[in-house]
Amino acid sequence: MPLLSVEDLRIAFHGRDRVVEAVKGVSFTLEAGRTLAIVGESGSGKSVTALSLTRLLPDPPTCRVSGAIRYGDREVLGLDRRGLQALRGKEIAYIFQEPSSSLNPVFTVGDQIAEAIRLHLPEVKDVRGRVVEALRQVGIADPERRHAAYPHELSGGMQQRVMIAMALACRPRILVADEPTTALDVTIQKQIIDLLRDLRASAGMSVILITHNFGIVQGFADEVAVMYRGQIVENGPTEEVLRHPRHPYTRALIGCIPRLGVRQDRLATIDHAAIAREMAAGA
Amino acid sequence: MTAPVASTDAPLLEVKNLKVHYPLRGGFLKRVVDHVRAVDDVSFTVARGRTTGLVGESGSGKTTIGRALIKLAPITGGSIRYAGAELTGLSNRAFLPFRKRVQMIFQDPFNSLNPRMTVEGIIREPLDLHFPAMSRADKRDRVASLLRRVGLEAEHMHRYPHEFSGGQRQRIGIARALAVEPEFIICDEAVSALDVSVQAQIVNLLQDLQAELGLTYLFIAHDLAVVEHIGDHVLVMHQGKLVESAAAEEIYRDPKDPYTRRLLEAVPKLAV
Repeated sequence: MPLLSVEDLRIAFHGRDRVVEAVKGVSFTLEAGRTLAIVGESGSGKSVTALSLTRLLPDPPTCRVSGAIRYGDREVLGLDRRGLQALRGKEIAYIFQEPSSSLNPVFTVGDQIAEAIRLHLPEVKDVRGRVVEALRQVGIADPERRHAAYPHELSGGMQQRVMIAMALACRPRILVADEPTTALDVTIQKQIIDLLRDLRASAGMSVILITHNFGIVQGFADEVAVMYRGQIVENGPTEEVLRHPRHPYTRALIGCIPRLGVRQDRLATIDHAAIAREMAAGA
Repeated sequence: MTAPVASTDAPLLEVKNLKVHYPLRGGFLKRVVDHVRAVDDVSFTVARGRTTGLVGESGSGKTTIGRALIKLAPITGGSIRYAGAELTGLSNRAFLPFRKRVQMIFQDPFNSLNPRMTVEGIIREPLDLHFPAMSRADKRDRVASLLRRVGLEAEHMHRYPHEFSGGQRQRIGIARALAVEPEFIICDEAVSALDVSVQAQIVNLLQDLQAELGLTYLFIAHDLAVVEHIGDHVLVMHQGKLVESAAAEEIYRDPKDPYTRRLLEAVPKLAV
């Protein structure tokens, strides 16, 4: 049985004079210990899908979610406040793109990690010890001293490590990483991906990686789902999708990435009209 | 890529021993205790009609160089010669003609456009400054043709920045930079905040404009793959120093500096 299964997920935002269907019937499953990458561009619905997993979206009537999201034996869409509280952070935790705007600037990073531990794991006696351990786990040197640092005293890469420490302090079963490295330099990007890979293995955790960059998917995700205009247009084992993309959008998305050492006169772009024609012809 | 304009031997821009140091103050009298060497003794040239890529990570000093070139960062020492004329030490007034010839495109299309101005106002502002004699109707015509040139529509001039996507906003930023017919454009992380497919469109647009208008680019970015694609020549910055300078195809095939090698290794590679 999969750890998480999403079936025919639909998410619509109701504005004053129009309805935007952000997600139009998405289904996928995640097995324990596996990593799924959801790849798509801005507006494809990938982040909204991620947020819906613990109902972090606005309440109706602004936002309506339908379908099924099953985590173990729980139906997430049927949970009450208390049920969601037990799910968020403790079972499914998140890290986001911009660590500087996810951290509270007026509290030390240690206080912020401690808050998460006290909320989700009230049985833990030595909170400070757990904070120090969490910081050490994400490779922050001298955690006994660094836990007293404020976010602005840390670099972007260090801030993202703190976010990861905070997410992992409660030992969640699923980590949702929404563009975790997009705001970081390439060398730091590699460090964070390597760190996530190590932690995933040592904690036996599942990961959902949300990204627009196929480059970080390879070698990290077991499976990939490609999202385009609110739907999953292709999914499968990562290597198979990358080497033999079946959907025209997947081919286009892979094609427009500049490659080191491959001189091209022009970069390929995505011809949405052609994709629409191919999709209509294939349907 | 072949250069559209025959590049003459004399470079358009010549930077020699450029230093930008910021004082660090400490102690109870706030005395200067040390300096941050944001740019430390950097020399390079930029060929006319070509694209020079400038790569480095956050804090490497790459953005400071771009800003120093247009007098947005204080220069501690060294010389900047543009088309043979020395730019350091000029007063703001004496510098104004160069500000017309050198324009800048910024990273964040969300923060670099004034949200309270219409697109027309945004693109017209540099015209008001540099072409005070131009009539209002002529300015409006120029705005309309610039919008079409960057792949937008003339009617878009009446809208506000929030009505556009990230890629479209970057097109507006490019139209603003082109308004005063510059010869040299500094692109500071101009495509870093965009999705890959939109990034490809903007890179292609910049290359088309270069071919058509004979523009010279200094393309500042942290993404080596993009810089290698668009650049004829690539400069690598690390901790305020220039560690490598080579032709774009060389830098990948035969990186000399260990830092360049590390940077190349860290770039996510797609094997398909």
